Amino acid sequence: MSVYETQGFKLDNSGKRVVVDPVTRIEGHMRVEVNLNDKNVITNAVSTGTMWRGLEVILKGRDPRDAWAFTERICGVCTGTHALTSVRAVEDALSIQIPENANSIRNIMQLTLQAHDHLVHFYHLHALDWVDVVSALKANPKATSELAQSISSWPMSSPGYFRDIQSRLKKFVESGQLGPFMNGYWGNPAYLLPPEANLMAVAHYLEALDFQKEIVKIHTVYGGKNPHPNWLVGGVPCAINVDGVGAVGAVNMERLNLVSSIIDRTIEFVDQVYIPDLLAIASFYKGWLHGGGLSGKSMMSYGDIPDHANDTSAKNLMLPRGAIINGDLSKIHEVDLRDPEQIQEFVTHSWYAYADEKKGLHPWDGVTEPDYTLGKNAKGTRTNIEQIDEDAKYSWIKAPRWRGHAMEVGPLARYLIGYVQKNPEFKEPVDMVLKKLDIPVTALFSTLGRTAARGLECSWAAHKMRYFQDKLMANIKAGDLSTANIDKWEPKTWPKEAKGVGFTEAPRGALGHWVRIKDGKIDNYQCVVPTTWNGSPRDSKGQIGAFEASLMNTPLAKADQPLEILRTLHSFDPCLACSTHLMTPDGEETLSVKVR
Amino acid sequence: MAQIETFYDVMRRQGISRRSFLKFCSLTATALGLGPSFAGKIAYAMESKPRTPVLWLHGLECTCCSESFIRSAHPLAKDVVLSMISLDYDDTLMASAGHQAEAILDEISAKYKGNYILAVEGNPPLNQDGMSCIIGGKPFVEQLKRVAKDCKAIISWGSCASWGCVQAARPNPTQAVPVHKVIRDKPIIKVPGCPPIAEVMTAVVTYMLTFDRIPELDRQGRPKMFYGQRIHDKCYRRSHFDAGQFVEHWDDDAARKGYCLYKVGCKGPTTYNACSTVRWNGGVSFPIQSGHGCIGCSEDGFWDKGSFYSRLTDIHQFGIEANADQIGGGAAGVVGAAAAAHAAVSAVKRARQGKDETSVGEKA
Repeated sequence: MSVYETQGFKLDNSGKRVVVDPVTRIEGHMRVEVNLNDKNVITNAVSTGTMWRGLEVILKGRDPRDAWAFTERICGVCTGTHALTSVRAVEDALSIQIPENANSIRNIMQLTLQAHDHLVHFYHLHALDWVDVVSALKANPKATSELAQSISSWPMSSPGYFRDIQSRLKKFVESGQLGPFMNGYWGNPAYLLPPEANLMAVAHYLEALDFQKEIVKIHTVYGGKNPHPNWLVGGVPCAINVDGVGAVGAVNMERLNLVSSIIDRTIEFVDQVYIPDLLAIASFYKGWLHGGGLSGKSMMSYGDIPDHANDTSAKNLMLPRGAIINGDLSKIHEVDLRDPEQIQEFVTHSWYAYADEKKGLHPWDGVTEPDYTLGKNAKGTRTNIEQIDEDAKYSWIKAPRWRGHAMEVGPLARYLIGYVQKNPEFKEPVDMVLKKLDIPVTALFSTLGRTAARGLECSWAAHKMRYFQDKLMANIKAGDLSTANIDKWEPKTWPKEAKGVGFTEAPRGALGHWVRIKDGKIDNYQCVVPTTWNGSPRDSKGQIGAFEASLMNTPLAKADQPLEILRTLHSFDPCLACSTHLMTPDGEETLSVKVR
Repeated sequence: MAQIETFYDVMRRQGISRRSFLKFCSLTATALGLGPSFAGKIAYAMESKPRTPVLWLHGLECTCCSESFIRSAHPLAKDVVLSMISLDYDDTLMASAGHQAEAILDEISAKYKGNYILAVEGNPPLNQDGMSCIIGGKPFVEQLKRVAKDCKAIISWGSCASWGCVQAARPNPTQAVPVHKVIRDKPIIKVPGCPPIAEVMTAVVTYMLTFDRIPELDRQGRPKMFYGQRIHDKCYRRSHFDAGQFVEHWDDDAARKGYCLYKVGCKGPTTYNACSTVRWNGGVSFPIQSGHGCIGCSEDGFWDKGSFYSRLTDIHQFGIEANADQIGGGAAGVVGAAAAAHAAVSAVKRARQGKDETSVGEKA
């Protein structure tokens, strides 16, 4: 039993222990354990990454031009974002400049991912934490229609439409085969929506499932398929031809029109369905402001979406860059991914060994040596863990720190940094939400704030797709068809040794890849991904990570139903396949990376 | 259970008349080699049988297969999940978590013993006592074996479950292995690809539900209907290959004209998949149409066959390349022959590498 304070939280693991494994509706595999006091309030939280795959080891010795395809397979949910980070890292190492059209197309693809991923996360991974599906059976379809029409002009809103959805749902539930809704926490008092709002949300769950497959067709046009479209070091693989013979075999007017129409429909769906739903649901939950964790205390963003090609300075990035620490919102710190003193990873509580575990290592110099052990207070056996011992090593995720601070990354970090910088693109929508819900800005430091920021960013991304598609058209009109720079395609044009870093803002937060190239091959490759930041275990000072912090002090309505735990964890959109490091079987030399 | 939405209800709801339904039943009876008198029995079964439970497990993977599945345009993923199968376990989508989720596996495998489908995305790692993929505090491989024990058949989604895929690429640090290496007593349908095409995934499921049998598989355990031909065989750029018209560099004039990508590394000539016919995301495009060569993602060990940008065969040694462009059409046959020669070489190589690939579940 131990009690101590860190980052403003008092950790006490003396109460009843509750284990959730697997945590579902996330990407990958994760476990969480919490202690509850006699009022069912969480007094201690332990999050464990329960998988790793070893991609950085596998990358060693390979052609750097192939690395995007390997790293893209880190995650099929945020598909493409690792590939983009990878080509940027290699281009940085080899000083390759890409054409303006390639920058626009890459941005459109990255924004397509943001819009798609946020939409699917809200409706298909997160909604069931707020929406009681079974309660929807009690809704009055006419009242549901009135509710829907009062918040949006979306046309699918007649009483008959909602009645049909309800009777399909009724048939489904009465069949006794509940499928993915089996053993859900239906009827839990932590569900606060009236039946009509639940029915509306169920209808939009199904509509969003149908619509999401349309958004990704933009990846299919420019990258050939989705999930896992194709990318290229030096530009993009799709050539443009709007005039001559063979245009049908390239990006032509028909293809550009297809992309354009999907962008319009995406903007329409997000602004008329997702945002109104978000505000409606939030209005019922604005009294439930748990889950803040590190938000408002320590948050970071690398920035992304370069307006012009080949300029990674903060002023050229449309998503903001910077760090907030110690809860001081008046100062945004500069973030430098090359500085060995800034980003470091620790393994005191991770299943890896360092020579000196008091120290952290910068990703360019990282080490990953596996060390799967359970602490002396763990319960169960090595292959049947009943309870984790958080005083020892307990996760396949390393503990990254920025200047020694555990950080939260993701849409809320981006929005708050943009808000503090008074960037109207972020400040105005946030102020709109605060006004509409009649809540102060500090209410954003919560599970609900994280979920709201993601929705606003989905809309932002959809509108920015339009900006870059228009920019691409204007550039083509001006006569520039170039999509790839092949000056340094051949390895013989490369220096003997080089190192580079690439970064993006993935849907879940700040993502960086660090690469060393030697004799035309990858010598070392490391990824520090958003869920490594958010899902970090404790470090040598006992500082907890963002998931753990977010669960602290949250009351559970029913101790045997982890609804509030899932709600808060999901608000980060965890991606565990990304976050786990690599290792080799016998502890031979490996690269340290946390694969997302 | 009187209110179950049966297969018949679903067909009716989708606008199929009773007459067509009965005709379908008698055709099915004939196709299965049963007499016409069995048509009534099939109709009865379809009118009354519950939706087949599917337990969808996730090992080491990236979730691209699930993401692909929900992209299906026909049928819609929504209709598959609500009306065709009963997706009782899928940790990516299910409402419950922790022990409430794990309890479903025991409940369904007992209640539907021998009658549920096990779908596997990803694969089990064997190193570290299997603890590089932990579910419910135990190695994933244990969960896999437990659920496989009483299933009717296994669908191995994607290249992870079918072959091992990226985490099994050299040096395979977690010793990740495909499903058929640990489950040897069940029929296994491999649906490879990274990921597989959405409509191929839903077609495999609906085929099994509709015809109540496993699709015809090739020697490696893949449905012949989708993996019987190489991408090259049906590629719309094939005429450029035959005419000796190749992209030499990214974004060159030939790239803008949509010429063949063979010289920039396209693996279409050795890859068995339906990309050039079914295409992707509702038929919008496929990798070659969007300017990048095929990387061969549905083939066993495609990560370890050299760079994605290396030509499949170094045709220099055949003395062909020098005159491919000049001769144009005249060289086509020769180029084709060289590629074929190389395809043969790689087939032999593959056979050599794949010696241990014998336990494919082809019993169906």
